[in-house]
Amino acid sequence: MPHRFRHLLGIEPLTREQITFLLDQAKPFQEFQRYPLKKLATLRGKTVALTFFENSTRTRISFSTAASRLGADQMNLQAESSSLKKGESLSDTVRTLEAMKPDAIVIRHSASGAAEFISTRVDVPVINAGDGTHEHPTQALLDALTIRERAGALDNCRITIIGDILHSRVARSNIHLLSKFGAHITLCGPAMWLPPELESLAPGIRRVSRLEEALEGADVIMALRIQQERLHEPSLSSDEYILRYQLTPARLRLARPNAIVLHPGPMIRGLEIDPAVADSLQSCILEQVTNGLAVRMAILFELISGSAEPQEQAKESPHAAH
Amino acid sequence: MRIIEKRQLMSADEIRRTLERLAHEIVEKSGGAKDLALIGVRRRGIPLAERLAKSIRASSKAEIPVGTLDITLYRDDLSTVAPQPVVQSSEIPFPVDDRDLLLVDDVLYTGRTVRAAMNGLFDLGRPRRIRLCVLIDRGHRELPVEASFIGRAVETTDAEIIEVRLDEIDHEERVMVMDRVE
Amino acid sequence: MLLIKNGRVLDPASKTDARLDVLIDKGRIAKLAAGISAADAIVLDAANCIVAPGFIDLHCHLREPGGEISETIESGAQSAARGGFTAICPMPNTQPVNDNASVTRSIMERAAAVSSVRVWPIGAASKESKGEQLADIAAMQQAGIVAVSDDGRPVATARLLRQVMDYCGPLGLPVIDHCEDSSLATGGVMREGPRSIRLGLKGMPAAAESICAGRDIEIAALTRSRLHIAHLSTRGSLEHVREAKRRGLAVTCEVTPHHFTLIDEDVQYDSRFKMNPPLASRDDRDALLEGLADGTVDAVATDHAPHHPASKDVEFDRAPFGITGFETAIALALGELVHTNRISLMRMVELFTAGPARVLGLDEKNGRNLAEGSAADVTIFSTDRAWTYRAADSPSRSRNTPFDGRNFRGGPVATIVAGKIAWRT
Repeated sequence: MPHRFRHLLGIEPLTREQITFLLDQAKPFQEFQRYPLKKLATLRGKTVALTFFENSTRTRISFSTAASRLGADQMNLQAESSSLKKGESLSDTVRTLEAMKPDAIVIRHSASGAAEFISTRVDVPVINAGDGTHEHPTQALLDALTIRERAGALDNCRITIIGDILHSRVARSNIHLLSKFGAHITLCGPAMWLPPELESLAPGIRRVSRLEEALEGADVIMALRIQQERLHEPSLSSDEYILRYQLTPARLRLARPNAIVLHPGPMIRGLEIDPAVADSLQSCILEQVTNGLAVRMAILFELISGSAEPQEQAKESPHAAH
Repeated sequence: MRIIEKRQLMSADEIRRTLERLAHEIVEKSGGAKDLALIGVRRRGIPLAERLAKSIRASSKAEIPVGTLDITLYRDDLSTVAPQPVVQSSEIPFPVDDRDLLLVDDVLYTGRTVRAAMNGLFDLGRPRRIRLCVLIDRGHRELPVEASFIGRAVETTDAEIIEVRLDEIDHEERVMVMDRVE
Repeated sequence: MLLIKNGRVLDPASKTDARLDVLIDKGRIAKLAAGISAADAIVLDAANCIVAPGFIDLHCHLREPGGEISETIESGAQSAARGGFTAICPMPNTQPVNDNASVTRSIMERAAAVSSVRVWPIGAASKESKGEQLADIAAMQQAGIVAVSDDGRPVATARLLRQVMDYCGPLGLPVIDHCEDSSLATGGVMREGPRSIRLGLKGMPAAAESICAGRDIEIAALTRSRLHIAHLSTRGSLEHVREAKRRGLAVTCEVTPHHFTLIDEDVQYDSRFKMNPPLASRDDRDALLEGLADGTVDAVATDHAPHHPASKDVEFDRAPFGITGFETAIALALGELVHTNRISLMRMVELFTAGPARVLGLDEKNGRNLAEGSAADVTIFSTDRAWTYRAADSPSRSRNTPFDGRNFRGGPVATIVAGKIAWRT
């Protein structure tokens, strides 16, 4: 049964089957990363507009590499460069994009709802690379791919997410995705970043204030990055955070023996995560990067090839032989 | 628009005997099967390649490795694929460099699939030689591609469709000519 | 002469509910009786309609001077007339702010020239509404203001509110406050709750409003002056008001149609759902419905806040707060309050007429009622006419409403101001 994807705006609207399909689609692209010549011509002649309003070297490079390896061209519209004025409204960007007519738009923006905004105004497939504190779907997909490989199935896995959950789009997307697979989700962090309303995001979410308690029995631990600016609003010092929430080797031992550690990056070694943990065998941080590339290639492929105008059912239909 | 069966081209028995004949031909014309490897083109090329390898093993005791190739990413025109393409893995568990490769597919038609398959193989390395084995050659080439081993050559019109059904995938064995009817 | 025939007259001031004809002459109600005939009168057939005193909107924004791209006194008035309003009270947050008599006069003069409905401006409480010094309140009163407010924001400090209320008491001017604790609300774009978490939008907790309402009511007790709470939207605030009334304080409040119709769960990434105070929780809305029924709420006011389309066609975070509201107020009140049997038709009329009049202290002066000799401001509306609201048809310069395309049962039919038909279907 074919799955159609016009846009990838978030995980929340996707079904479990659709997510599984996307993860399966990423696998050939994982293998592809091992080929000696990592260059396809699949999306040759297609253009991907990378519209990054927020600073993000890693995600932008990941999408850029994904597009390149598929043979697509790119337009780079960045907030710092002259092509997008600082403080310019999204509606102006819409006009710019309409004029350029790319085959796909990848957008990261500080306003929640930005990806949806673009998708309703420009008739081009849109991929949300992070909108405000709302969603970061490709991150959740690559995390799920990593979990599936390293920890077995996604179903019923016990995951603990640590950090500033309130302001994290990575946390939200992961919560939406994993809850669709019946995962047991525990959220942990300082109380002001862990409001009760988080429990309404999915059934069975637990909020725990003590990290030691939150780690017991966990199969997967996700440490979120702490935006240092926030530590001063409302004044939680780094030392406080480290004391109560840093993922140290000792704390990691409270989880299951083969529990895996994920981090969306960039990581501040010595703040949310002890360097020994980051470099341990349990850490999947590097695989996350490779999987990110595979997932993004799969998404670009799905959305762009899925939107290609179907020609007359000539010779190459699914029934026909070739 | 419906698709109806016009006539049967090959029965299960005929398929079996054709594949056996092809297996013999391949061994004869491969100089002892040194460095030979079969690459089944997804989908139906795969069971055909596996059956050929089995046949070759049975008759000549040679162990020919079999790989599988998904060509979705190598097609030259995205729009001619199914509405929402599904990419699957290629699995070629041996190095491609300097290898004598034999692509195996069910039907040879325009030649575009074979060209995509060759693109895929060249991404993996530099084979010494690539040849093609198909169950049915139906003509109407759009690219300069030829098969070295052909099960059966048939004349078809553009409106007709050749449908190959294999046990491993379709739970029946036959080849039919189908017609498009308004 | 104008003769309104066959309508059902509902007048809360005199508790009249009867089939009566209304004869209007020289801007006044000449006769109120059954079966009037008048040879030279223009006849308005109000069969199957309610004939009520002219509706008053205590809270709106006309944007002129300074914001004419979004609305002018003329376009706003046309929209108000279409909504059944005979009198509207524009807030002072214009450019320049209406904080002195010359701005007030210019508004009054402009209204006299182009407005089909009465315009009763609300003056600023502080200079430029900055919350520092008192505005020229007495001078503005002479020029025509009916109340003071720093709407758009709360009166900045308890100390300033006290000064303003002390000053306005003897002048007989109510002080209207937009209740919001800025330190809690700052940066918020919708109501804090499960929906804001799901959408990833910064929320303003309900407490931000009720804390300020509580503060204001204590100041009202301290000064014994009249306080009116604008666009009340939470249970907490309503309970403060209920308690204040129990204590015998001169505290009144208004609720907007969008707050008794929509809730935070209705919010999407669409700036037509963004206003301040934001759409509240289901429980808050239930509280408002109780308050509308039990008399704690004195008036329905629209907080008509036009913003020209380009300014609202931006991402949610960036969009200005506010939606238009003149033309859907009656229909929403009928749909959410009357057709659901939460309140009677008479009570609904009261919320648009006697209630606002009481807030402004008008009943003592002007006789806002349908009685012989009163000013002929009449609102005629149907309770069951089916119609669809289309923002594109509005005379307002703005289109920012979440109710575009909504089907209604009942709505305004004709609006008469000073004996002249300002609008009719």
